[in-house]
Amino acid sequence: MKVSISWLKEYISAGLDAETVAEALTMTGLEVDSIEDRHSWLETVVAGKISRVWNHPRADHLKVCEVDIGEEETVSIVCGAPNVEEGMMSPTARPGTRMPDGKKIEKTVIRNVTSEGMICSEAELDIGPDKSGVMELDPAITPGTPVTDALNLKDPVLDIDLTPNRSDCWSVIGVAREIAAILKTDLKYPELDFLDAGDEIRNVTSVSIENPVDCPRYAARVFKDVKVGPSPFWLQERLKSIGVRPINNIVDTTNFVMLEMGQPIHAFDFDLLEENRIVVRNAEENERFFTLDDKERILSSDMLMICDGKKPVAVGGVMGGQNTEINDATKNVLIECAYFNPVSIRKTSKKLGLSTDASNRYERGVDPCITIPAINRVCSILSEISGGKPVPGLIDERFEAHTPQPARLTVSMDRINRLLGIQLDSDTVKSLLESIEFEVEKSADPDQLIVKAPSFRVDIKRPVDIAEEAARLWGYDHIPETLPQMPVYAEAPKQMIRFRDRVKELMTGFGLTETVNYCFVHESSSDRVRIPENDPRRKHVKVLNPLTEDQAVMRTTLIPGLLETVRRNFSQQNRNLKLFETGKIFIDQGKDVLPDETEMLAGIWTGLRYPSSWVHDDIECDFYDIKGVVEAFLEAVKLKTAEFTQIPADAHDYTLPGRGARITIESGGRKTQIGVIGELHPFTAGQYDLKKPVYVFEIDLDLLASMIPGAPIYQPASKYPAIDRDITLILDKPTETGTVQSYIENLDESLVEAVTLITVYAGEKLPENKKSVTFRLTYRSFHGTLEDETITALNKSITDNLIDQFDAQLP
Amino acid sequence: MRNKIEKIKDDALQELEGVSDEDALNDVYVRYLGRKGVLTQYLRGISRLPADERPLAGKEANRIKGIIEGAVKQAGEKLEASGFDPKDALDVSLPGRPMERGNLHPVTKINNEICEIFVRLGFDIAEGPEVETDYYNFEALNFPRYHPARDMQDTLYVSDSIVLRTHTSPIQVRTMQERQPPVRIIAPGKVFRCDSDITHTPMFHQVEGLLVDVNISFGDLKGMLTTFVHQMFDKKTGLRFRPSFFPFTEPSAEVDILCVICRGKGCRVCSHTGWLEVLGSGMVHPAVFEFAGYDTSKYTGFAFGMGVERIAMLKYGIDDIRKFFDNDLRFLRQF
Repeated sequence: MKVSISWLKEYISAGLDAETVAEALTMTGLEVDSIEDRHSWLETVVAGKISRVWNHPRADHLKVCEVDIGEEETVSIVCGAPNVEEGMMSPTARPGTRMPDGKKIEKTVIRNVTSEGMICSEAELDIGPDKSGVMELDPAITPGTPVTDALNLKDPVLDIDLTPNRSDCWSVIGVAREIAAILKTDLKYPELDFLDAGDEIRNVTSVSIENPVDCPRYAARVFKDVKVGPSPFWLQERLKSIGVRPINNIVDTTNFVMLEMGQPIHAFDFDLLEENRIVVRNAEENERFFTLDDKERILSSDMLMICDGKKPVAVGGVMGGQNTEINDATKNVLIECAYFNPVSIRKTSKKLGLSTDASNRYERGVDPCITIPAINRVCSILSEISGGKPVPGLIDERFEAHTPQPARLTVSMDRINRLLGIQLDSDTVKSLLESIEFEVEKSADPDQLIVKAPSFRVDIKRPVDIAEEAARLWGYDHIPETLPQMPVYAEAPKQMIRFRDRVKELMTGFGLTETVNYCFVHESSSDRVRIPENDPRRKHVKVLNPLTEDQAVMRTTLIPGLLETVRRNFSQQNRNLKLFETGKIFIDQGKDVLPDETEMLAGIWTGLRYPSSWVHDDIECDFYDIKGVVEAFLEAVKLKTAEFTQIPADAHDYTLPGRGARITIESGGRKTQIGVIGELHPFTAGQYDLKKPVYVFEIDLDLLASMIPGAPIYQPASKYPAIDRDITLILDKPTETGTVQSYIENLDESLVEAVTLITVYAGEKLPENKKSVTFRLTYRSFHGTLEDETITALNKSITDNLIDQFDAQLP
Repeated sequence: MRNKIEKIKDDALQELEGVSDEDALNDVYVRYLGRKGVLTQYLRGISRLPADERPLAGKEANRIKGIIEGAVKQAGEKLEASGFDPKDALDVSLPGRPMERGNLHPVTKINNEICEIFVRLGFDIAEGPEVETDYYNFEALNFPRYHPARDMQDTLYVSDSIVLRTHTSPIQVRTMQERQPPVRIIAPGKVFRCDSDITHTPMFHQVEGLLVDVNISFGDLKGMLTTFVHQMFDKKTGLRFRPSFFPFTEPSAEVDILCVICRGKGCRVCSHTGWLEVLGSGMVHPAVFEFAGYDTSKYTGFAFGMGVERIAMLKYGIDDIRKFFDNDLRFLRQF
């Protein structure tokens, strides 16, 4: 909200320094975002002394002026004003000035005569109403003085970031009231001397409220024989000082009073109200209505409408209707000043997607007691400026039972002081509260105060609200810092919190860099990463109001986000990427039910295996690089038993058939899939414009965390020497080496300490469907040094066993 | 005779002095101590001396031999210690075999830093769902359904009753429903708002805190957050507490810190105010305790919250929040 110092001065006679006021407001709860002088654009308009005037040689109505603007040389300005004469001191806009009407002053040539600026009238500068000729300044001013200094035109405007609870400050008087309280100075309310004799209004109109819950109060007055036209300068000036565009005298007056007092007001063209009366009732379902902004609105039956004898004429408290708008031909007006139920206004405003200065104020809560002062203020201004006359009398329909009453609270000084951590006495609190118009009585109990909030403080509801008022006026700065006196205790952290840290530590240790991607993705992501039709990952949680289609659904896999990141990096020539992310995926469980959230880990590797270096040639990474990461990770979290099995051709999603594996872990007697790994499917790669092989993995961290064994039990190591023996076998290509290796490991041979696959060969020296593999077996005993013959015999028997089992041959 | 052996010794020692490499040392050794060396020759000559001179001469010669041998050994050690052949030396300036390291995301780093400080102060870490019910995200935090306070947070909706959580504050309520005071938790996590520009992204990270017990005061809130800010930035970082409004706290305070860039003089980062808004806070509103089932006559508490990206931007001098989610490697590798 904007407030100009010039307007504030209307109510506070003490001097107001903008910086001091801003600081004081900010430190008591009205945060001032910025201070800007609304006349700052005038900096390039200076006092110019017209030293010589002659007629333009080639234009009848123009004059050429030689103007001293305080620089070494005078400037020449072509001017059409009738009153320019030699010796005059006038405001001169220099080239570069942006005038209030939007025109930019530039150095020009007008019919062969150079013109370097513009000599201005009051009206042209928007600092006065006179447009008859150029403005005359005090001739004693030094030429070149900026007019802001010459005329003392300083009007700082405070931009206040008002919190939703302080609707009482959404008016110039509201802010002035705060300033007066903080700076301990007097506040002068505008005089409301509007005469109100008679009751003739009841002969010309009536108000009937059919829904008193949503409209507990509706006041109206009628003005006859007004002349609609521009507002006087002072009124325009007030509005313009805070950036409100003047429209006409009637509308400007209603706006002025709303801005001044915080009470929205509407003016109807009285003659356009059928039957000349007001009915406040709910809309018909699907009724159509044109609001002032030329839009057709479809109403629903829970919306409160202001109607005349026949039809709706305004969406109550939100916006007036086109059908009764004030126009140039308007002669008689009806002024509405009402109190509406904040919840009803908010529902209507949300439903219509229409939020206005009026609806915003009503939904935050206006002062229910300001209705009559506000309507009288409107009428007193209209009497002055509209040329019309009020119909004597006021209609004030009200339903007290539905009108909120100001809070009356009994507060304990002890509780306030303990909550704040200070020691204020009741007299201090009393005077702080009274400074903002609270009524405070002492009670028989010396610890208690009885506090009545003013009607404009609709936010005050509980004793704790009184504590806040006391604290902010006393000053948060004056509350001493302390530390809580609490018992020592600690809860064990949830497993995932520590596990996630460990995962990130390991991944970065393996050379992967962490990324954080948005949790929402494009709905087509499921297609792009080839999620099967009936897969749960197709059950997206949809966002009703996404910012863009790219953020329309919650992710069900981390892969699309990572691939977008790869795409962005590729476009920046970051070609070698080892990235990971941990985060949740979301599987929809039905409307109005929370989705399943599962924490996942995903990684990608594309580009070089090692960073380019003198020690090796550049080699592109492959499946076994990323598999190494996953294996090392699982081993580090003590889950060495993971198995990697080929994904069936029909079950692949984002991995390429034949180049993707399921990762399973045996836990509690059954194998559970914890993730997948593989080369990205070319279709998916294409969807993200990735023209190089990309290797990915994705693991369910929640599941993994549940499988992690407890602390390991120490196993002593044998002190006897080990013997290595190699076994080389020729196998059919499809025979998986992993199967052979785990077969050896699971043989009941206590002397076999370790099995390592050391070579795999397929090529010219072998038939096309064969491969040769060499395992190195490490033998060791816990009981003594092994005899060579024992091992030779054992190694042979294992070899024979393998030949038999896997239909293998020796080389 | 005596003079001769003394001279051999002096010559040998002098020559050893000048030796600068292994070959020269070897040369000296051979010339004095070798099979045909000067000293060896001399030793052999002793047998030709008169019998009565022999023992003394022999003893003397052996003493000298010992001295020279010692000197040769010393020279050898000196050579070994002082030099090597440049042609055999490694180019130690060559880079080592690359050992790749990954980086944590800056949000993770700052988040961890914030959490560590509060964990040291005795807080537990609590987490909750990212897609949340309207009840936990708003109602139970004293944002009634048709209250304008809901406009303070541009909400992304899933349905009438389900939202993407706009803050991690729902965890406050969930925790209070599970445990009785004393409660001391921080709740880090992702949050979502319908907002996007240079200082806003539709997803960002928050750390929320809650402390409830008997006799907790606004002074305690000030003390705790001052301790935090002094650890997160430094002890010279001033703070100011300003009255503000959050539906779930009363009294509420915004916490500004003295601009970490200009130290209060005024600069672009702090919009020339000298202050940076970094935390929202306040005493837990009694309505929230009522929703959680805590006895409002017995317990008081405070809550606070901060944006992780905001703190990271200040610490690292990042000027556009969207950079965190572009995940450009050249950005990520800097932290």
